[in-house]
Amino acid sequence: MENYIIEMLHITKVFPGIVANDDITLQLKKGEIHALLGENGAGKSTLMSVLFGLYQAEKGEIKKNGEVVQISNPNDANRLGIGMVHQHFKLVEIFTVLENIILGVEPNKMGFLQKKEAREKVVALSKKYGLYVDPDALVEKISVGMQQRVEILKMLYRDNEILIFDEPTAVLTPQEIDELMEIMRGFAKEGKSILFITHKLNEIMSVADRCTVLRKGKCIGTVDIKDTTKEELSRMMVGRDVNFSVEKKESKPGDVILSVNNLAVTSKTSKNNAVNDVSFDVRAGEIVCIAGIDGNGQTELVSAITGLEKITKGKIKLCGQDITKASIRKRSKVGMSHIPEDRHKHGLVLDYNLEDNIVLQRYWQPEFQKNGFIKRQEVRNYAENLIEKYDVRSGQGPVSITRSMSGGNQQKAIIARELDKKHELLVAVQPTRGLDVGAIEFIHKQLVASRDAGKAVLLVSLELDEVMDVSDRILVMYEGDIVGELDPKNTTVEELGLYMSGAKRDKVKEEAYAE
Amino acid sequence: MQNNFLKSNMKKITQDKGFSSFTAALLAIAMGLIFGFVIMLIAKPGSAFQGFGRVLFGGFSRIGDVFYFATPILMTGLSVGFAFKMGLFNIGASGQYTMGMYFALYVGFMWDLPDSIHWIVCVLAGMVGGLLWGIIPGIFKAISNVNEVITCIMFNYIGMYLVDMWIQGNSTMYISTKTRTAYLPTSAQLPSLGVKNSSVNVGIIIAIAIAILLYIILNKTVFGFELKATGFNKDASKYAGMNATRNTILTMAIAGALSGLGGAFAILAPSSIPGSSMTYEPISVIAANGFNGIAVALLGSSHPIGIILSSVFISHIQRGGSLTALYGFKPEIIDIVIAVIIYFSAFSLLMNAALGRFIKRHRVKNEANDFEELAPVGEDDNKEVAPDAADISNDSIITEQVKENDGEEA
Repeated sequence: MENYIIEMLHITKVFPGIVANDDITLQLKKGEIHALLGENGAGKSTLMSVLFGLYQAEKGEIKKNGEVVQISNPNDANRLGIGMVHQHFKLVEIFTVLENIILGVEPNKMGFLQKKEAREKVVALSKKYGLYVDPDALVEKISVGMQQRVEILKMLYRDNEILIFDEPTAVLTPQEIDELMEIMRGFAKEGKSILFITHKLNEIMSVADRCTVLRKGKCIGTVDIKDTTKEELSRMMVGRDVNFSVEKKESKPGDVILSVNNLAVTSKTSKNNAVNDVSFDVRAGEIVCIAGIDGNGQTELVSAITGLEKITKGKIKLCGQDITKASIRKRSKVGMSHIPEDRHKHGLVLDYNLEDNIVLQRYWQPEFQKNGFIKRQEVRNYAENLIEKYDVRSGQGPVSITRSMSGGNQQKAIIARELDKKHELLVAVQPTRGLDVGAIEFIHKQLVASRDAGKAVLLVSLELDEVMDVSDRILVMYEGDIVGELDPKNTTVEELGLYMSGAKRDKVKEEAYAE
Repeated sequence: MQNNFLKSNMKKITQDKGFSSFTAALLAIAMGLIFGFVIMLIAKPGSAFQGFGRVLFGGFSRIGDVFYFATPILMTGLSVGFAFKMGLFNIGASGQYTMGMYFALYVGFMWDLPDSIHWIVCVLAGMVGGLLWGIIPGIFKAISNVNEVITCIMFNYIGMYLVDMWIQGNSTMYISTKTRTAYLPTSAQLPSLGVKNSSVNVGIIIAIAIAILLYIILNKTVFGFELKATGFNKDASKYAGMNATRNTILTMAIAGALSGLGGAFAILAPSSIPGSSMTYEPISVIAANGFNGIAVALLGSSHPIGIILSSVFISHIQRGGSLTALYGFKPEIIDIVIAVIIYFSAFSLLMNAALGRFIKRHRVKNEANDFEELAPVGEDDNKEVAPDAADISNDSIITEQVKENDGEEA
């Protein structure tokens, strides 16, 4: 008999019309790091929500130390020592680190806060596990990495012994990821048990002891990491072989398509410029990637190029035309396609159906309208055509309400729309964010195909693998400046990380661009 | 099989958006009526039943008046609903309505035109008046992002006092001894539909035609496409290169014109007493029909066809309500009932969700029975947000959606 601290046995959770978890068994040993792997919508989150008391399973039971327990809300979970670091941190931005950590379990004497006690405990914990935080800093002022440490401290403060990490590495730099892995190993040594939700195989290989793979709501199996390979895991996850490396030929850069000169954009949150005197070119037939940690001006740079935001200084040229002050429609006409960062905010009208979203950039063209009336039949035909070509799947085809579609297919719809539109430059911002390996593979192929067709591609990505694999040239942004230009073939992830964290910077080619 | 077919058909109907807002409206109306009945019971237990009967059916005996009083609130309802489709709250329908009245009156009194076209020009003038009063808040909103609610409220007052001032200063239009305008020349009045003892006129027909026209604009044209896209998601419409400035101004202009037409239809209506006409009293009160338009639009879910129905309904119970005086009820009682209906219609989505939850629970129970055969899940992962799950319950899909989003935005 193994020593399991938590067992989820034969869990079945049904939502109307769909079985989210179908007879899933997950057993967590004391002191192990157990990875939970699966594509988006495989049922990982549902399973963890059942464990955390957010959902009730229809069938199955949960045991702690061999005894059946009832978890009907997160407070129950807390009492059983189960803590969770959510993918999106649940922190009160205007509170300090300390206040956030004690939130909900404030030590008090007759209603008066005893912060001193709390502070001592927090400082002790943070020393013990090497989780450096400043207890008095406001959460809104600290980095994402530190916010995550606050979340971890929250669990430790509550003396949780079962720690759930929901995709914890998505927001971190390579160095921070290494640190986190080290911290997780430390917890395991301490005897804490860790459930680690992810779809990044490298991390599983490096840190986990065992891994349970889910696919389409079913449990595919649990494997020991030391007996398996990355390829096998991915086959279990996707159900087929996945090609990890992006296959592409040597790029043949042609004419300059996009030229950005001394561009500056003011920041909305601070006095400094969000984008500071940035200059670069993107040529036809190459993929230029802007790498950097989130919040270093990439968003503002793209908003300036695509016309969503005004600039304070500089010049932008597209296909030889000055588009510095051009309207968004004008830029689109000159030849810009844009896969936006936030597909729900910018990319789609979620309450429109799929076909309307597919023509969202083109409805005004003579092909789709006559005398102000939309040619419904043409729209339908065009949408059906693209849906088939890009394999966009949805409940009711062109008339499905976009809101009801899965994230991957929403993204596919945007990509279909932007790639099929006549364009010379494709601006793609985190096009694979939150998508599973199958969809990522597809999107990467499309980007490379677009490049091979002689289009210029400007890719903004936070994923290092993507930066290294897809791009022909890397520009690293740090605090609004381009601090390095790298060739992915002659650089390493570590070096890239140094540039991204600001530890290293070149005075790259600024002279070359200066006028 | 047969059973399944029926089920899916039922689902299709119940999932339809229009249908669900229709049921929500009906539910709101039912709740409002019950509440109104309770109030009548408390007020005058003895005659509550007869009084309530009048509220429900009294309108049928005055069908002409029902349509006559429905006309202006139909127009202001369309005005509010149309702007709402673009995400603008046109609370200034009253001001636009009053302006429309004034412009129509002015042309009616001051311009000497051939009989055959006089009333048409008056109507058009009313439209222009409302348009002007709508376009100004629109321009403020579009150019410098001034909240349209604030400007509209201000413009209600400015419009009302201006019109009062202009009318009192015009000796042709105003009879100071009677503190009202003079009778309009017959040529300026709308052709009556010839219902006895009623002022119902061609206005209602034009209004319904306009509602249908709006329906076409919203659903078939490029302008409607942009307008709804902006209403649903401002950022996405900007990203798609839509001209928000122009569309905002245009929408407010159209909304204003619709309210203005409502004012014109109200003031130009023929009187059932020969030789007289409708009159305007400059008594410094903001026109109630503008605010009634908000109620009408809410109850009709801002859908042009829904607004036709809701305006007729509200007019119907107003007429019926005025008959409750026969049983000693104060006319205010019917205002309370209407207010309650509106109150509930604001909750209509909530109620729909509750209804949805009920249906869902019922259905899940049913489906749990034939669970084994009903597990076609996993055919492809992209059906994760199952279409079946999609519309059964609004709130459940929202939580699902939130979860989805959580997953994506890593």
